[in-house]
Amino acid sequence: MADTATLMPYDEALERFEPVLGLETHVELGTGSKMFCGCSTTFGAPPNTQVCPVCLALPGSLPVANEKAIESTIRIGLALNCSIATWCRFARKNYFYPDMPKNYQISQYDEPLCTDGYLDVEVDGKIVRVEIERVHLEEDTGKSTHVGGATGRIHGADYSIVDYNRAGIPLVEIVTKPITGTDRLAPEVAKAYVTELREVMRSLGVSDVRMEQGSLRCDVNVSLMPRGSTEWGTRTETKNVNSLRSVERAVRGEIERQAAILAEGGRIVQETRHFHEDTGQTTSGRSKEEAQDYRYFPEPDLLPIAPDPEWVASLKAALPELPSVRRKRLQQEWGVSDLDMAAMHNADAIDLVEATVAAGAPAGDARKWWMGELARRANEAGTALADLPITPGDVAKVTELVASGALNDKLARQVLEGVLAGEGTPDEVVEKRGLRIVSDEGELSAIIDQVLADNADAADKVRGGKIAAVGALVGGVMKASRGKADAGRARELILEKLGVQP
Amino acid sequence: MSAITRDEVAHLARLSRLALADDELDHFAAQLDQIVGAVARVSEVAAEDIPPSSHALPLTNVFRPDEVRPGLSPEGALSGAPAVEEDRFRVPRILGEEA
Repeated sequence: MADTATLMPYDEALERFEPVLGLETHVELGTGSKMFCGCSTTFGAPPNTQVCPVCLALPGSLPVANEKAIESTIRIGLALNCSIATWCRFARKNYFYPDMPKNYQISQYDEPLCTDGYLDVEVDGKIVRVEIERVHLEEDTGKSTHVGGATGRIHGADYSIVDYNRAGIPLVEIVTKPITGTDRLAPEVAKAYVTELREVMRSLGVSDVRMEQGSLRCDVNVSLMPRGSTEWGTRTETKNVNSLRSVERAVRGEIERQAAILAEGGRIVQETRHFHEDTGQTTSGRSKEEAQDYRYFPEPDLLPIAPDPEWVASLKAALPELPSVRRKRLQQEWGVSDLDMAAMHNADAIDLVEATVAAGAPAGDARKWWMGELARRANEAGTALADLPITPGDVAKVTELVASGALNDKLARQVLEGVLAGEGTPDEVVEKRGLRIVSDEGELSAIIDQVLADNADAADKVRGGKIAAVGALVGGVMKASRGKADAGRARELILEKLGVQP
Repeated sequence: MSAITRDEVAHLARLSRLALADDELDHFAAQLDQIVGAVARVSEVAAEDIPPSSHALPLTNVFRPDEVRPGLSPEGALSGAPAVEEDRFRVPRILGEEA
């Protein structure tokens, strides 16, 4: 496909142009049943096993709205500081495409449930307020697989096969107002916004927000205007952005591509583009078939929604502590710097550290292990910190063993390694690998005697007053004990045996 | 003046994937024009104090509890499909004419 775009280096693009962003995020709600029928929403079921006459649009079937989905949408709106409609309706969005068997999607158009909110996100130590235009409720589509052609893409496919298990799962769409003034931080602001939104959803418990399973999906709108201009440029909409990192890359890639076109006097085509995970670039997904002529009209099969203000007030009063507030509280409780807190946030370690502290570990130790040894191991294994096969309870146990003097840090790392390797709980690993510090004075004393005999030169230096030389002897003891000696006690004993006052 | 033009009917036909011949476009344009004209008469009696409605019943907030109920078996679901492959509905090429 002749779509290899010329790019302008990011720094140059930002010198010449100013980006304007818009983000549309779709969140699949975690209800047990679908939006308008009682079919299960469980992910990964065999094809067409979670379908019924309503979500297959068989004649005579009628939709009835899921109360929990309405409630969840209102709670999302409240968490995003939105006004909640006192009266609104669903609308039919008509389009001819086999992923919705009705040939329309039930959505909301000019009467969304929630409007005019905001979400504050932190980027580079600064708070950026992202304004929310609307939050509305709709239904998800079926899943198409394109058969034939070289790439499994819709273009060039011979035909498609469709699984309607996902069709009708409640889907909330959250649309920002145009985000201006982000300047060169645009990619980071986009990522920080989706990250924060995901955490808000998680704290509300309304969705499992797993981007890799598609329960949180993001469309990224980007336009550029020349520096000094106040008139926005033509925007593109990039779909298929399925990870937080991809959100950042998609914005950056689109800025570089659009800047190159504009700099050569070209025009941006208003179109849908597809993000490619492998290259970080977007390609045109334009098609006359996607002409946006949806002929919206009020859904006659469903009655209006008129949320009782008292009910809305009670939902608001019962909102959980929001993630940004919680982070502030935890930062104070743990006494960590902004920088350390931001690092934990970026590493998705806050929940883990909190759970480890709850399991009895001091905050400093919990943070040290998760952000140090365990982060390193997760990085090596290419997995998320939370997916490591170790629990906060295990980590708390290790910190306890270190605090009690049963382990030193070096042995503790071996215990963590054993737990990660599936050798059992920390206690079991200590037992199996024989990792306790040698605290038996007799055993330690014997090791020291041997080391002093083997290192007579160093021992003489210490005797002669060069106390610094004791380090080599302690090192020898640690080596001879394979790391299991208590280094502090070993040093005391060596000095004692050599008749030197420490 | 017509409420709906022949071009608009052709556009709607394309969106609906209906292959209408020239004489059919004329035929339906006239019929649709009559329908749109009839519906437009509602606005003659609509007054400020009559809220627009999309439903015949004066009801709101009709919901169902979030409970899973059994649906169709895959065999039942696919029994009316013109073509089936791998337990999925097989549909003709989607972007055929442009690929």
